[in-house]
Amino acid sequence: MDAQQALADLTEISSQIQAAVVFDEQGKVAAATVDESRAGALADGAGRLLDQAEQVKAGTGGSLIQLEAATDEGSVFVVADGPRRIAATTAPDPTVGLVFYDLKSALRSIAVKPAPRKATPRKPSAAKKTTSAKKTAPRRKKTDAS
Amino acid sequence: MRRSAAALVGIAAGMLAGAAFIRRRGADRDRVDLYYEDGSMVSLSNGSPDAERLLPLAREILRKTR
Repeated sequence: MDAQQALADLTEISSQIQAAVVFDEQGKVAAATVDESRAGALADGAGRLLDQAEQVKAGTGGSLIQLEAATDEGSVFVVADGPRRIAATTAPDPTVGLVFYDLKSALRSIAVKPAPRKATPRKPSAAKKTTSAKKTAPRRKKTDAS
Repeated sequence: MRRSAAALVGIAAGMLAGAAFIRRRGADRDRVDLYYEDGSMVSLSNGSPDAERLLPLAREILRKTR
C-alpha cells in the first residue's frame, strides 16, 4: 500500500486525527492529509521534537519509538519505525492508545518497495538427475540347457 | 443597592475562580510521554526542564498545522 492510501485509510478509521504526515529521517514528506506547507511544518516540527526527545534518555540503550506531547491546544503524536516516521495532531484529550495503534498500523501498512531481483542466467544444476541410458550387459540368449 | 453590588462581586469572584480552575486543569494536561523500544516509558510533566524544552515545539506544530 502506498503512503497516501495508508493516510486516507487512517483518517477514515480515526476521527480523532486532525492532520497526519508520513516522512523519513531527513524530513522528506512521503504523504500528508494537509496541504504542502502545513505538511512540511508538521514533518519538520515532528522531526525536531523526536530529535530533542531522544536526548532525554540518551545512552540507556532503548531507542525512542513513539511520543505524545499533550497540551491544552491538542496533542502531537510521533511514531518511528526504522527510517519511516508518522506524525499526527489531535484535539485535546485524545484516546492515546487508540491513536498510537492507528498510527502504527498505518506505518506498517506502507509497503517497502522490494529491491529488484537480479536476473541470473540459469545453469543446469549438477544435482539434476540425468536419465542416461544405462549400460546394460548384453542379454544372453537363453540356452535350452534343460 | 448594597445587595446587588455584593452579588456582582460574588459573580466576578466565581468567574475568576472558574478561570483559574480551567487554567490549572489545562496546565495539568501539558505533558510529554516518551515510549522506548525496550517497553519503558518516561512521562515529563509540565514544569520539568525536558518538558519545557519539548512542549513549545508541540505548541508550534499545533499552531502551524491549524
